[in-house]
Amino acid sequence: MCLAVPGKIVSIDKSNPEFIVAKVSFGGAIKEINIQWLPNAKVNDYIMAHVGTALEIISKEEAEAAIKTSNDFAEMQNRLDDELIS
Amino acid sequence: MKYVDEFRNIETVKNLSKKIKSVVKNSWTIMEICGGQTHSIMKYSLQEFLPKQLTLVHGPGCPVCVTPLEVIDKAHFIAKQKDVIFASFGDMLRVPGSKTDLLKVKAEGGDVRIVYSPFDAVNIAEQNPNKKVVFLAVGFETTAPANAMSVLEAKRRKLNNYSILSSHVLVPPAMHAILSSPKNLIQGFLAAGHVCTIMGYEEYFPIAKLYKTPIVITGFEPVDILKGILATVKQLENNKFVVENEYKRLARKEGNIPAQKTMFEVFKITDRSWRGIGEIAQSGLRIKDKYAEFDADKIFKLESFKVEEPKICISGEIMQGLKKPSQCPAFGKECIPENPLGAPMVSSEGACSAYFRYKK
Ligand code: SF4
Repeated sequence: MCLAVPGKIVSIDKSNPEFIVAKVSFGGAIKEINIQWLPNAKVNDYIMAHVGTALEIISKEEAEAAIKTSNDFAEMQNRLDDELIS
Repeated sequence: MKYVDEFRNIETVKNLSKKIKSVVKNSWTIMEICGGQTHSIMKYSLQEFLPKQLTLVHGPGCPVCVTPLEVIDKAHFIAKQKDVIFASFGDMLRVPGSKTDLLKVKAEGGDVRIVYSPFDAVNIAEQNPNKKVVFLAVGFETTAPANAMSVLEAKRRKLNNYSILSSHVLVPPAMHAILSSPKNLIQGFLAAGHVCTIMGYEEYFPIAKLYKTPIVITGFEPVDILKGILATVKQLENNKFVVENEYKRLARKEGNIPAQKTMFEVFKITDRSWRGIGEIAQSGLRIKDKYAEFDADKIFKLESFKVEEPKICISGEIMQGLKKPSQCPAFGKECIPENPLGAPMVSSEGACSAYFRYKK
């Protein structure tokens, strides 16, 4: 349940100073995420989102690496399975 | 070149695996606290990259698994009420209570809705002024601030039909409980990265010192976990017991202070019972009296509701690292993910379900 996913801030709405929300793109899917706890977050920043809130800002490289590592491992697991079967 | 690049991370894993093997001389037992880490370890078969002398045991870090039966039964009681919309994260739906689960309550006509965030539940409350909207607020320090924020937002929007059934738990007191148990087997901890993103890690310094146990903060990716294990093993082999941060990209010593403020504005620390484990002093959060109008326990007068845990499930021993899921007589027989007897078989972060899915 504590997992968080990387996404990119597309726009920020500060009209309610007590509940600042950003539109965040998760691989193209846009969701509204509360960024109240990250006063320095700006458009194009990458954040880690958890149940509708942004926990922390991360670098673009880190965001990409996080996605890529999981993909690499899925790939490796398939290959291991293939090797075991064949 | 492309090939090398694509598999760069696997090479990193293999290198880490080699390093760990070269460092390990003795047998060690390490616990990963977080259910997300347990899931990764099982999914990517990380134990296969480790030397035989290292045993990983899976900690109580799955909020679904440790939510007391009592709270689950309260959720079912509330969700059955005609004037209620009951909102919950998806993974709580199949958790068995003593008589039913939320999916069955829904099938019998209860208005149970899956939400991605507590703010979705606040929106539902705003759109349905004639219904009482109750959100099942479970989770560790990572999730509690968001749930607290939903209460503040409901207050700001002047909603009088939103409340939370709250059962939050805190990680450091659980580590104390495990390490102080006479049966304890754990010699090193991988601490939960995102809990530390919120809370920082100063709370761990006295724990590492008192119990002479290394605590390494790490993330959820395979490389993160292996780096955490390497750092822990290095300490153990060198007789060192300190807190190390292997998740610098997301965890800072002081944590996310505004998020902590939100959490402690709405909640205060209280004794909390953990499913399968029992009561741990000062290990949970409860809603402050100041926000009583948002407390489902008070609204539905459920504060004295008590339920006994069934004896069949040994999840408490599993979550303290004393037994493996495969040692439960019901594992894979009466208890399977489609028909779970205990919560650790429900959540994908639960040790029993992770074992069943990836290590049958
Ligand atoms: S296998 Fe089922 S009954 Fe046994 S400990 Fe796990 S959840 Fe409980």
